[in-house]
Amino acid sequence: MDFLIFKAPILMVQASMDGILLGVLFALVAYGMALQWGVMNIINIAQGELVIMGGYIAYFMYTAGIPPAFGVIVSPIIMYFIGWSLYKTIINRVVERDMFISILATFGISILTQQLMNFVFGADVVVAQSNFGTTMLFDYSVTLPNAKIFSALVSIVFAVALVLYMKKSKLGRAIRATSQNQRAAKILGVDTEKVYAATFGINAALCGVAGSLIAITFTLHPYIGLPYTVRSFMIVIIAGLGNLPAVALSGIGLGVFEEFADYILGTEFRIAAVFLLLVVILVYRRFKLSRKREYLK
Amino acid sequence: MRNLKLSIVLLSGFLLAFSSIAFAKVKGDTITLGAAVSLTGKYSTNGKNTKNGYDMAINRINKLGGVIVGGKSYKFKIIYYDDESNGGRAAQLAERLIKQDGIKYMLGPYSSGMTKAIAPVTEENKIPMVEANGASRSLFTKGYKYLFAVLSAANQYLEVAIDLAVEKNGGKGVRIAMAFEQDAFSQDVKIGVVEAAQRTGSEIVIDDNLPKELNDMAATLSKVKALKPDVLVVSGHTKGALTAIRQLSEMRVNVPMLAMTHCDAGKLSKQHGEKAEYALCAAQWHKSLTYEDNYFGNGMDYDRDYTAEYGSAPPYQSAESSAALLVWKAAFERANSFDTEKVRDALAKTDMQTFYGNIKFSNTGQNIAKPMVLFQVRCDGGKCANKVVAPTKWASAKLVHPVPTWSNR
Repeated sequence: MDFLIFKAPILMVQASMDGILLGVLFALVAYGMALQWGVMNIINIAQGELVIMGGYIAYFMYTAGIPPAFGVIVSPIIMYFIGWSLYKTIINRVVERDMFISILATFGISILTQQLMNFVFGADVVVAQSNFGTTMLFDYSVTLPNAKIFSALVSIVFAVALVLYMKKSKLGRAIRATSQNQRAAKILGVDTEKVYAATFGINAALCGVAGSLIAITFTLHPYIGLPYTVRSFMIVIIAGLGNLPAVALSGIGLGVFEEFADYILGTEFRIAAVFLLLVVILVYRRFKLSRKREYLK
Repeated sequence: MRNLKLSIVLLSGFLLAFSSIAFAKVKGDTITLGAAVSLTGKYSTNGKNTKNGYDMAINRINKLGGVIVGGKSYKFKIIYYDDESNGGRAAQLAERLIKQDGIKYMLGPYSSGMTKAIAPVTEENKIPMVEANGASRSLFTKGYKYLFAVLSAANQYLEVAIDLAVEKNGGKGVRIAMAFEQDAFSQDVKIGVVEAAQRTGSEIVIDDNLPKELNDMAATLSKVKALKPDVLVVSGHTKGALTAIRQLSEMRVNVPMLAMTHCDAGKLSKQHGEKAEYALCAAQWHKSLTYEDNYFGNGMDYDRDYTAEYGSAPPYQSAESSAALLVWKAAFERANSFDTEKVRDALAKTDMQTFYGNIKFSNTGQNIAKPMVLFQVRCDGGKCANKVVAPTKWASAKLVHPVPTWSNR
C-alpha cells in the first residue's frame, strides 16, 4: 500500500486524466465486441488480434512516410473488408452453432493471425511516431501526451458516428432488428446473412481504428492482442450487451480504477484489482437479480 | 499390394533408423552439434540473431582449418530445430536431438526461459551444453554440471549504472526508482540493482513491478515526476524499453539518469531517434571493445564481416552466440577426444579470450571473466548511436550526467 497519491493530490488529476484517456480507447474496442456479441451471439477471442492488425496498417503507413495518424481513416476501411472476408470464409459456418464452437473458431483465428503478423511484420516490438507533442497543465505538474488526447477524441467521434448510423441508416436498423429477434427479422425480409457480414466487418473496422491509435500511443507486437481482448470482454460483461453509454462509462471507469489501483496497491496488483472488481460486480448483480422474482428460475 | 505396403513401411523404418545413426555426434570428419532455436514465435528475431551467430562461427572455423583432434581436422555442423518460442517444445526438441539424432554436444537456445527448459534434459543425459543466451541467475544456482554460459548473469546488468550514479553523486548514496517486468530475467536484473543499492547506501523510492501485458507506464512515470529520484532503472525487454522512452518523452518526465536493458534489441536509437538520447543501456558486448581472437579479429572486424554477411549490424545476441562455438572448438582441442566427460572437463577449464570478451567458467558454469558494458545513446544531427561510457577502459565517450531536462533539449 502506498499513499503517495493522497500526499500529492495533483497526482489524482494526472491519474484520472490518464485513466479516462485510456478507458475511452478500450471502450471503443469493447463497443465492437458488444455489438457483435449482441447481434451474432459470438464472443470474438480474436478481437485483440484485429486491433493489432489495424495497428500494423498504421505502422506500415508510417514506415512508408505517411503520418500514422491517417491510419484512423485507412485502417478501418481495410479492416472492414478483412472482417467481412473472415465472416464469409469462417464465421458463417459457426454463427448458428452454439457459443462454444464460435469461441473455438475465433480462438483459431487469433492464433493464425498472430503467426501471420509475425511472419509478415516480424516479432520485433515497433512504435509509430506521431510527434504530436504534449499538453501541460497546472504548471507542468500534469502532462498529457497529445497522442492520447487525439486517440480519445477519435474514439469518441467514431463511437458517436456509429450510434447515429445504427439509429438512422437502413442497415443500422436491420442490425438492430436482427439483434432483437433474428427469426422475426428474417421473416420480415431482413437479409440476416448480410447483416452478420456487415456486423463482423464493422467490428473489425472499429478494431482497426483502435489499433492505429494504439500504434501512436503504445507499442505493437504480434502477440500483444490478448490484453485488449480481455479488457474489452470485461467492459462488456460489466456494461451488458447493446448498451452503448454503459460501455463507454464502464470503459472509462475501468481505466480510472486501474490507474488508482496502480498508485495505491502497486503496479503489480493493477490487473488483479480489475479482476477483483469484476468479481464484486458480478456477485452484486447476482444479488440484485435474486431479489427480483421474475428472474429466478 | 499388402506386401508392397509392408515393405514400404519396413524400408522407411530402416531409413529412419539409419538416418539417426548418420547424424550421430562425430562421423567421418564432421562434429555435429544440436540446437533448438526460436525461428518462429515471439522470440524469432533474436532466435534468428542467435542462429546467424552460430552459422557465422562454424563457417569461419571450418574455413580456417576446423577443429584439430588427434591430429585430424574436423568440421563443425549444427542440426537446428525450431522451438516455436515455447519452453515445452524446446525441451521436447532437446530430447529428440539427444535420443533420436544422437547428439552429444549441445548449443543453447535463445532466452533464459528456453535455456531453463532445456537444461534439465541435457543435464539428465549428461550432454554438455554451451549456451550464449540464457542469463537468468537461477540457471546457475541449481548445481548444473553440464551447462556453460558465455554471457554475464542477469544480476550484473545494471549494477554498474548504480555505481556510476553514486560516483557522480560524490560517493554518497542515491535515490533509485525501479520499474521491472515480472519475468525471470528482469527480476534477476532487479536483484543486482537492489544489492548495489544496499552496498552503496542508496534508497529505493519507487519499486514497481510491471505485469507482462502492461504497455502503459504512465502511473509509474507520474510517481517519478512527483518523487524526483536520481536514477530511474527500467527493465522489461524491448517492450519496456520502447514504452519507457515513448512515455518519458511524451509526459516530459525529467530524471538525471535513466538506465535500461534491451536498448539495442529494441533498436531504440532508430525507432525513437533523439527522444532516446542519453538513455544508458546495459549490454553484454559492444563492437568497440578491444578483445581479440584468431578467428574473428576484434569487435570491429566482427561487426564488418557480420554486416557483409547478413546485411545488418550484429546485436550482442549474435556475438555471444559466435563466441560459444569458439569455446566448443577450444574445448575439443584441449580434450583431444570426443568423449563427452573429457570434453565437459575441458569446457570447465576454459580460460580464453575471444573477440566477445574473456571467458572463464565458475563451478556453476557462469562466465566470470567478462564485465557488462554500459553505453549511452548519443545523437548528432538526427543520427543516433550507442557510445560506450563504462567500464572506463573502453569508454569512447564521456557520460552525460545529469541528463538535460526536456525543455533544454
